[in-house]
Amino acid sequence: MRLLEAALHLAVVLLASPLLLGVIQRTKARMAGRRGAPLLQPYYDLAKLLRKDVVLSRTTTWVFVAGPAASVATAVVASLLVPFGERVAPLAFAGDLILFAYLFGLGRFFTIAAALDTGSSFEGMGGAREATFSALAEPALFLALLVLVSLRGSLSLSGLVGDDTHVLWAAAVAPVALACLSLFVVLLAENSRIPFDDPATHLELTMIHEVMVLDHSGPLLGAALWGAAQKLFVQSALLVRILVPLPEGPAPLRWACFLAAVLALGVGIGLVESTMARLRLRQIPMLLITASLLSAFGIVLLVR
Amino acid sequence: MSAAFAVAAVGLAALSGLPGLALPRDSSAADRIAALLLGLALVCAAVAAVPVASAAAEPTLVLPWRVLGERIVLGVDGLSAFFLLPTFAIPSLASLYALAYWPAREHPRSARRLRLAFGLIAGGAGLVVIARHAFAFLAGWEVMALAAFFSITAEDEREGVRRAGFVYLACTRASTLALVGAFALFHAASGGFALEAITAAPSRALFGLALVGFLLKAGAMPLHLWLPGAHAMAPTHVSAVLSGMLIKLGIYGIVRVASLLPPLAAGEGALVLALGIVSAVLGVAFALGQHQLKRLLAYHSIENIGIILMGVGLALLGRSLGLPELELLGMAGALLHVWNHALFKALLFFGAGAVLRQSGSGELDRLGGLARRMPGTALCFGIGAVAICGLPPLNGFVSEWLLYLGLLHAVQAGGGGASALAPGMARLLAVSGVAMLALVGGLAAACFVKAFGVVFLGEPRTPVAAGAREAPARMLAAMAALALACFAIGLAPQLAVPLLERAVHAFDPALAAAAPRLAAAAPFGAISLAAVALLAVLGALAAWLLRRRLRPALRPLTWDCGYAAPSVRMQYTAASFADGLVRLLRWALWPQLDAAGLSRRPFPGAARLHTELPDPVLDRLTLPAARSLAQVSTWFRWVQRGRVHAYVLYILLAVVLGFLAARGGPE
Repeated sequence: MRLLEAALHLAVVLLASPLLLGVIQRTKARMAGRRGAPLLQPYYDLAKLLRKDVVLSRTTTWVFVAGPAASVATAVVASLLVPFGERVAPLAFAGDLILFAYLFGLGRFFTIAAALDTGSSFEGMGGAREATFSALAEPALFLALLVLVSLRGSLSLSGLVGDDTHVLWAAAVAPVALACLSLFVVLLAENSRIPFDDPATHLELTMIHEVMVLDHSGPLLGAALWGAAQKLFVQSALLVRILVPLPEGPAPLRWACFLAAVLALGVGIGLVESTMARLRLRQIPMLLITASLLSAFGIVLLVR
Repeated sequence: MSAAFAVAAVGLAALSGLPGLALPRDSSAADRIAALLLGLALVCAAVAAVPVASAAAEPTLVLPWRVLGERIVLGVDGLSAFFLLPTFAIPSLASLYALAYWPAREHPRSARRLRLAFGLIAGGAGLVVIARHAFAFLAGWEVMALAAFFSITAEDEREGVRRAGFVYLACTRASTLALVGAFALFHAASGGFALEAITAAPSRALFGLALVGFLLKAGAMPLHLWLPGAHAMAPTHVSAVLSGMLIKLGIYGIVRVASLLPPLAAGEGALVLALGIVSAVLGVAFALGQHQLKRLLAYHSIENIGIILMGVGLALLGRSLGLPELELLGMAGALLHVWNHALFKALLFFGAGAVLRQSGSGELDRLGGLARRMPGTALCFGIGAVAICGLPPLNGFVSEWLLYLGLLHAVQAGGGGASALAPGMARLLAVSGVAMLALVGGLAAACFVKAFGVVFLGEPRTPVAAGAREAPARMLAAMAALALACFAIGLAPQLAVPLLERAVHAFDPALAAAAPRLAAAAPFGAISLAAVALLAVLGALAAWLLRRRLRPALRPLTWDCGYAAPSVRMQYTAASFADGLVRLLRWALWPQLDAAGLSRRPFPGAARLHTELPDPVLDRLTLPAARSLAQVSTWFRWVQRGRVHAYVLYILLAVVLGFLAARGGPE
């Protein structure tokens, strides 16, 4: 049974993650008064990219291939630590939340290295921004998780989330709200969404994630985009499981509710993206530091 | 038996440079003999250390000499065994590396002296680790410290080397002075010089003096003033030993002294934890702004010493608050990080040395594109870079994870026991520890992706980089051995657990009964499962991507938005990569910007931009203070005339005053 659920878990993260992107894009299109691309457009894009040939710059080395490979591999392994529809994630142990954060760090390391591998100044610029902002997002993520650690007394992601969310909210409204807010900010920053980065922009000077994969093409670009989609899905899943209690009931119901909640969060992200403008690059650190401070404030509220 | 093998290791290492004195100055045989002897020393050390993991009692060796009425005792307990391995492994690999990096025929002037001093560093350090008598400890300490001075100044014809050597010498003298004071207080408390646990509460100054003395050697902020210069100026195989091994002896000293004393006050543990946080954050912040590869690595040593100190501080805090899990995880994380840092920092220095030797430049912004010219070096340096950032699946992650676990336990538990420190304070300290460790991890990743990317990826920025060739086989072999060790501890941390647990129990025997087993407190099996899964997925994916016709028909230039005539000067440089973070940390770093002639008018002429990050403690504080002190001292120059009878008079006066003071004191 556990093995079956683990297989389902993997299938969901591999196959459902592009759908989340589709929902965000559709939401943005509707908000802008357009009909928008079909919900499955990201799948069509991936299928097209995986069939294509590759163009490799003369400058590049093995690192250029390692970037997309690492971004998919780290997201897949990190997904094993987050409970989706099941109560306990396929891989749960004391301290897995640290592994969760550092796995994405590994993926980022190789994505930036692959960007620098091209020798292009634009991609160097994107890599530098990614490195700068993610270094600031890291404390915010850990502080937000610390609020939950203090409340739940568990050192495992599977212990931090649960179906008794109402108890958590009743116990400490302000700290949990602050932690969730700061997790949402980290989610937007880590996945290069508005207000940190605009995934739809076409100006290399202002981009972060898209400019790092500017020179990737064909299956390599497909893998990079797929890895990014998985990362967004996994981090959204964590936030959803902290916010939303899943119903007691048969497994299929729980999984359906889980997927619906993640897609609803996608609609939320789409709404944020439609109603906000991208921040100036100079202001991004301030927002990330604010997120850290919010969580720190939540912890101070808990210390008696 | 164990102790005898440890003594043999010390002897072999200390004498490794001796045969070379009888051979010609440029003899390569002397180099090979020294490397062989250091290799034998490593084998002896391993034979001495490994059985300790399962031994019941501490093997000791009583030497037949008495110093001040006490016999000198040498022993190999868990802590000694744990430190013995890196103490001999790093120098022996460095001597293998030096066969190609620093051959005697290229350096006939300094080869003999350096070889002798290099062996003595390892010998002295080995003696420090097994000494159970204050005099033996200090003797080993001095041999190690002075031998390191002569190794750092191997190229003393260069002005910068002499300067760095002098700063090091001043620091190591100050360190020894503080340690002599600490051991004198230890004698006052215990009545002897044997390094055995004492129960009477000693003077508070004891731990303070020991902390100053050992932190000066460990190079923790703000006592790091010698470290960047010495690491950057020493021959690279010496830098690897300094960073991989020598500065860890400072950590050993703190842990050893703390293990001898009764539980310290909570404030002292909190102080060490806070010092660790400061050192880690500022170390990595200063590393970001460096332009030289070896100097960058040196500042990362300060960062990693900070991480280790956080673990030590957490353990001390746990001990005084009566929280055994904190103590266990903090100390285990700190000690494992000692091993890990020795491995990946030596690896990175070896890589930096290979770059320096093969291209002739260690300036980040003059390099580039070396991965195509030196693929083996690039792979090894890349592995070291991932490891030092604490990223899975390599060894750095395991020790940082242990440390995080300890800090998270502290957040959960607060302070339960009777303590002077408010429980809330301990919690808040642990919370800031977690946040700062996360920040340090992010900054370290930024710094190393920068270093790796700028040196090895992209296009060569200068002709020197374009002309680089792969490093010789013996240098690559030393790097490959270290890279494999990084993988081994990352994938199977269980292998290190028995020795690690013995070391933690040697620090505090009470832990053997009070705390859970290390393997129960920290699920190593899950870590190794995740690491293996990660490598498997990565391998499968890379194989799939490469299978899919990654032999492209097109190999054009990098696209670069359609610009048709890109120049290598257009690439992002190390300075521009780090600019955003350096700007954010401006309030702590005080970067110096010299932009003479930069004009905002149209048609600007030739301009020059120079950025620099002077060391705050050395360049802004100590050197100006030392200059003022030197000025003031000129007023007292008449005391030192170089006349022997005057000095005899001073001695007589001092003795008489001493007697008078003793009579005037309490009877």
